[in-house]
This record gives sequence, structure tokens and C-alpha cells, in this order.
Amino acid sequence: MSAVIDTHGHEDHGPKRGFMRWVTTTNHKDIGAMYLWFSLAMFFVGGLFALIIRSELFQPGLQIVEPEFFNQMTTMHGLIMVFGAVMPAFVGLANWLIPVMIGGPDMALPRLNNWSFWLLPFSFTILLSTMFMEGGGPNYGWTFYAPLSTSYAPPSVTFFIFAMHLMGVSSILGSINIIATIFNMRAPGMTLMKMPMFVWSWLITSYLLVAVIPVLAGVITMMLMDINFGTSFFDAAGGGDPVLFQHVFWFFGHPEVYIMILPAFGIVSHIIPAFARKPLFGYSSMVYATSSIAFLSFIVWAHHMFTVGIPLVGELFFMYATMLIAVPTGVKVFNWITTMFRGSMTFETPMLFALAFVVLFTIGGFSGLMLAIAPADFQYHDTYFVVAHFHYVLVPGAIFAIFAAMYYWLPKMTGNMYPEWLGKLHFWLSFVGMNLTFFPMHFIGLAGMPRRIPDYNMQFADFNMVASVGAFAFGFTQLLFLAIVIITIRGGKKAEAKSWEGAEGLEWSLPSPAPYHTFATPPEVK
Amino acid sequence: MRVWYLLLALMAPNAMAAWEVNMRQGVTEISHAVYDLHMTIFWVCVAIGVVVFGVMFYSIYHHRKSRGAVSDDFHESTKLEIVWTAIPFAILVVMAIPATQVLVQMYDASDSDIDIKVMGYQWKWSYEYLGQDLGNGENLAYFSNLATPRQEVYNESEKNPNYLLEVDEPLVIPANKKVRFLISANDVIHAFWVPDFAVKKDAIPGFINEAWTNVPEPGIYRGQCAELCGEAHGYMPIVVKVVPEDEYVAWVENKRQQVAAARGITPTVASK
Repeated sequence: MSAVIDTHGHEDHGPKRGFMRWVTTTNHKDIGAMYLWFSLAMFFVGGLFALIIRSELFQPGLQIVEPEFFNQMTTMHGLIMVFGAVMPAFVGLANWLIPVMIGGPDMALPRLNNWSFWLLPFSFTILLSTMFMEGGGPNYGWTFYAPLSTSYAPPSVTFFIFAMHLMGVSSILGSINIIATIFNMRAPGMTLMKMPMFVWSWLITSYLLVAVIPVLAGVITMMLMDINFGTSFFDAAGGGDPVLFQHVFWFFGHPEVYIMILPAFGIVSHIIPAFARKPLFGYSSMVYATSSIAFLSFIVWAHHMFTVGIPLVGELFFMYATMLIAVPTGVKVFNWITTMFRGSMTFETPMLFALAFVVLFTIGGFSGLMLAIAPADFQYHDTYFVVAHFHYVLVPGAIFAIFAAMYYWLPKMTGNMYPEWLGKLHFWLSFVGMNLTFFPMHFIGLAGMPRRIPDYNMQFADFNMVASVGAFAFGFTQLLFLAIVIITIRGGKKAEAKSWEGAEGLEWSLPSPAPYHTFATPPEVK
Repeated sequence: MRVWYLLLALMAPNAMAAWEVNMRQGVTEISHAVYDLHMTIFWVCVAIGVVVFGVMFYSIYHHRKSRGAVSDDFHESTKLEIVWTAIPFAILVVMAIPATQVLVQMYDASDSDIDIKVMGYQWKWSYEYLGQDLGNGENLAYFSNLATPRQEVYNESEKNPNYLLEVDEPLVIPANKKVRFLISANDVIHAFWVPDFAVKKDAIPGFINEAWTNVPEPGIYRGQCAELCGEAHGYMPIVVKVVPEDEYVAWVENKRQQVAAARGITPTVASK
């Protein structure tokens, strides 16, 4: 007869004081904030590596670093940006926003949530520490193709594998938590087809993560066995197959790139309607398009491998399937533009980033369509054209969407409006810097410059110089973002509950800043 | 046809210009076909871009609050969704047809006149001429190393125009012959790439990949390794010297004698 009935209220509970608050917290807003800060820190680390790359490539010849260190920089830049900056930023936004968007009190598995986050700092400390080990850190590219990453790798590769495993565990737990939250914590009346687009995009992304991170874990475990336990999964001399590595890696890797863009689609689907003051056009077609993209992402992996010598029929299948992705992606772009059409638009910073997203992501999509044409891909593959392509979908795609989200929801998080003119300055400097960096890469790629080389012929010199200037402009502009976030946390114009005239959704029914605990009683959803 | 190639030859120095923005057309039938595909898909993208961004910027200009625009409320149209699913799909089908044709051609390495085994090493290439016996059952084979001096790399002397794209011993092939490359690697994965032929194939340990070319005009064509293969990945260029057939025959004979002599093998007199 000792059933515990919890009758006392929770509204008065504030966070603990001091450092232990952050170590022991199970609050989704605290954990979301930690994810976001962690991601920003990694963004600067990865950015620093990018600037070292661009400094060396400023002109032909070897000036600043040696080729071996250059390879470490390209590898670490990729790994840190993908797994340390973009993914944790989206998980952070998911943590902060999904419970308040669906009217739930917190994430479904709050302690797991704490652990998901706290794995990351350890994972990335290990990863970064490899650079100080004998033989140096990872130098085999972020795609770590075997056998360069196994038989020919520096000894630190085992630490790299361990770091990736930790990161993977964090991602899997995080996505399980998001799925559990979305299915269990929605307010009564919030049916699946009433969920905000950000929640939908994260539901689909979580399934992608649960499906493919174990595949990554599998491939790195096979590497571990090859390196330390004498197996020959990828060693041709022992009867292994180096191409197997690429099939398994890209079966993970292709959905992975969608993991980094689907939440961005969700974010933009909130911001464009808000500043066009018009409901999102084609909500249900957006849901279906996102699901189609997620499905297609599983059957296109070998388009990263057009030159490995897969049979003609395989080549054709992957070419057609890849081209097909343009259809649902096109539907999304058309829906966004139709949302703007006959709206009543204003252009605050979130909207500027969202509009730049639509234009520049579409340009990245176009070069993606070009890359899908297998015969033409023989000329593009592993050149700077590819570098230009994926930076166009990731920088103004994923990263601009993250900035847009931060400016859009920062008033809800901090209770203060950010200084609008500084936000706009950040946008325009980023926009110019980003295009100056990555647009010329299309040209040097088409002219024939391979990627991942520290030195090049003079025919590529001019555009490389332009790209390096752009990279420094873009990189230093991001310090402005850090400043804006700090300024906004410390003060500024008080934000209203509904911080934007056209904003829709449950999160705007909460006061700004949102209290530590929200929706302890579920809201009414009509 | 001849006029066409002559014109291309005249344009070649232009293609080396530093501010070049487009893909090289290359010198083979296949590379021209690839270039045409590239331009077609590029213009398709431009056309779609003009329409899509056109509507977007029209809205941004006309439907802004500061111009007194009042927002409409429409937010669904199954008809529209079907239209903008069907039209891109149709464009893609039309695009897939020429792409398939070119790909089928590229994959047809049959009936070659000459077979050359290309091996990638950290960090150099080797070329083995199949059927060119040295006299002891081994084929004529040699390594091709970067020829750019270290001083140029470290900015201690001026860089020559072929900086990092020059080798001690180029691959020599005859013009107007179908040459098949059998591509593999000895250590890690490399990629054999000659942009002017539109040939790029990975060199993978334990696998033998095929690629082919038929170069109509003699000349020197330069490419680079296109798969990260370690420290000196940027320093293993490919230089192909295409010569008239008679010159090629003489070169092979000469080279065979030279390599055999260097290795102390008594060469057989003239092969097939």
C-alpha cells in the first residue's frame, strides 16, 4: 500500500546551481542548449582547420604546411563539421524545440538524453587528441577509404574508431529518444498530420539515423578487426575487398547527408510561412516528399562510386535512382516558393537566411543533378566540382538553416530580441563570403583540379586565391554570430511571447523566455 | 571532322587559361560526348533556375509587406503538386536517354588494338605493354615518376608551366587506335584520370578495372591521380604522349631493347 502518488507541483523547481546543473541535468532545454554550444565550438574548430587548408591553397607551391598535415586538416575538417558541428546543432534544436512544439513536458527519456549529449565531448576530445599522437591524426579523408585507413593508416586510427563509435552511440540514443518523444509526448489532438514540419522532418531523420549509424559502426568495427586482429575484410592480399568498404560506408554515408539536410527543410518550412504571413503551401505533399527523399537515400549510395568499376547495369540503376531524387526535392522547393507567392513578406534575419537557403541549396541541387549523370561524373568525380557541390548543400543548406533557426527561436530561448542590424550584417557578410569561397570551386573543378591536394598547377591559381579570400571573410564573419548570441543572452529588447507577427505553433504560446518546465499540463490542440 | 579537330587544337592553349570556367572538351569522341552531356544538363538546370528563381524574386519584389501586399490564404492544390512532379520527371527521362547511350559506349572496351596495364603505387604509376615481350616472358613495363624538382615545390625556383603535371617517362600510345587500359593498384586505391580523354577509373588493389580511349590527334595530354592515396597524392601526375602509329611502333621497339638491356636480358628481335 505504498503506491507513490506525486501530488506536489513542479512549477517552482528551478535548475540546480553551478556546474553540476549542466552535468546532471535532464531538462531538454538545458541539454538542447549544451548541444548548441558544443556544436558552435566545433564549428569554430572545424573552421580553423578549413582556414589552414585555404591558407595553403592560397597559391601554388608548399608554403605553410606539409602534405601529410594537409591531409590531416582536410580529414579533420570534414569529420568535425559533419559529426561535431552540423549533426549536434540539429539534435540541439530538436531537443529544445520538439517538446515545446508538440506540447510535451520534456523528452521521453530525459536521463538517456543527458548521456547522449555527454558522450560527445569525450568522443571529440579523443578524436582531436589523435592529432598529438605519434604518426599524427586521421589523414585518410573523412570518407576513410580502406586500405588507406587500415593497413596504411597512422597508429592513431584505433582511437579514431573508438571516437566514432562513441559519436555513433550518442546519435543512436538521441534519435531513439526523439522517436519516443514524438510518438508518446504529443498533446491530445496533435495528430501526426498536424505536427509542425520541423517535428516531421526530425521523425524521418531519426529513422534514418537508427537505420544507418549501426552500418557505420559495422564498417569501423571491420576496420578495427583488420587493423588489430588480423582479419582481411578490406585487404586484397588476404582475400578481402577494398570496394566492400565503400559499399558499406556509402550505405551509411548517403542517408547521412540527408540526415544533415532534412531538419534544415523542416526549419525553412517554419520560417518562410512566418515571414510570408501565409500558411505553408502543400503541407501533406511536404511530408510525402520528405519521406520519399528518405526512402530514395537508401538506394542511391553507389553514385559516390561511379568510377570504382561497378557493372554497367549497376551504374545505370544508380544513375536513374539518383536523378529521381530531384523530383521530391523539386516539389519541396516549388512548395516554398508558392508559399511566398501572394504572401506579405518581410525580411528579418531568419527570413534572409531562409531565402538564401532556398536559392543556394537549389544551386547545390543543380550541381547534384549534373553529378548524377554518370558519364559526366567521370569528369567531375573527386574534383573541386564535387567540393563545390557538397559545400553548396551543406553551408547555405544545413548551416544557413541552423543560423535561421537560431535567429528565429533565440527570442524564445533567451527572452530577448537580437540586434536586427547585426543579424542582417552577419547574413550579408556570410552570404558574400560563402559564395566567394565556393562558387569558384565549380570552375577549378571543371578545369581539372582534383580534391584533397595541397599543391596545384598555376592554371588553377587565380580562382583558388579568390576562394581563399572568401574563406577568410566567411570564417571571421562567424565571430560576429558568437557576439550576437552573447549580446542577446545578456540583454536587449524584451521579446514578446509571440516574437514574430506571423509565427505559428505551440512554442509561441509560451512566455519568452520559455520557463524551465513547460507544458506540465498538455495544451489544447484544435 | 578534320576541321573540327584543327579548331580544337587552336583552342587548346585557351583551355589552359587561368580564368577558365568550363569543362574541357577534350580530344576524343567520348570526351566530346561527355562535354555535350555536361552542357545539356547545365542548360536544363539554368532553364529550371530561371523559372523557379524568377517566380521567387517576383514574389519577393511584389508581395512584400512594405509595398502593402496583403497575404492570401491558399495553401493546397493537388493539381499543382501533380504538375510539378510530372514535369521534372519528364525532363529527367529525356535527360537519361543520351546519358545512357554515352555510358554504354564508355563501357564497351571490346576489340581493343592495344592493351596497357596501368598500376598505381604510392606515389607513381607503372605502365605495362601487354604482348611486348622483353625476351624472358616478361612484358615491357616501366615506372612514371613526377619530374617537377623539389625547388619548384618549395618556391625556391620559378615554377615551369607544367608544374606538377610533368613526368620522367610518359605513357606512350598511338593515335587512332583503340587503347584499352587495365587498371589496378599495388597498395592503396588510386584513380587514373586523363581529363582530355574523359577517362577516370579507380585503381584498386585486387581488382582489374577497364577503360579505353581512341585519340585521333597526336599530342601530350596531362592528368592526375584522382583518389586520395596518402601523403604524395598530389604528386603523381599522368602524362600521355600520343604519337602517330609508325612512331609508336619504333618507340616500342626501342624502349623494349632499352629496358631489356638495362635489366641484362637478351631481347628477342622485333615482336609482332
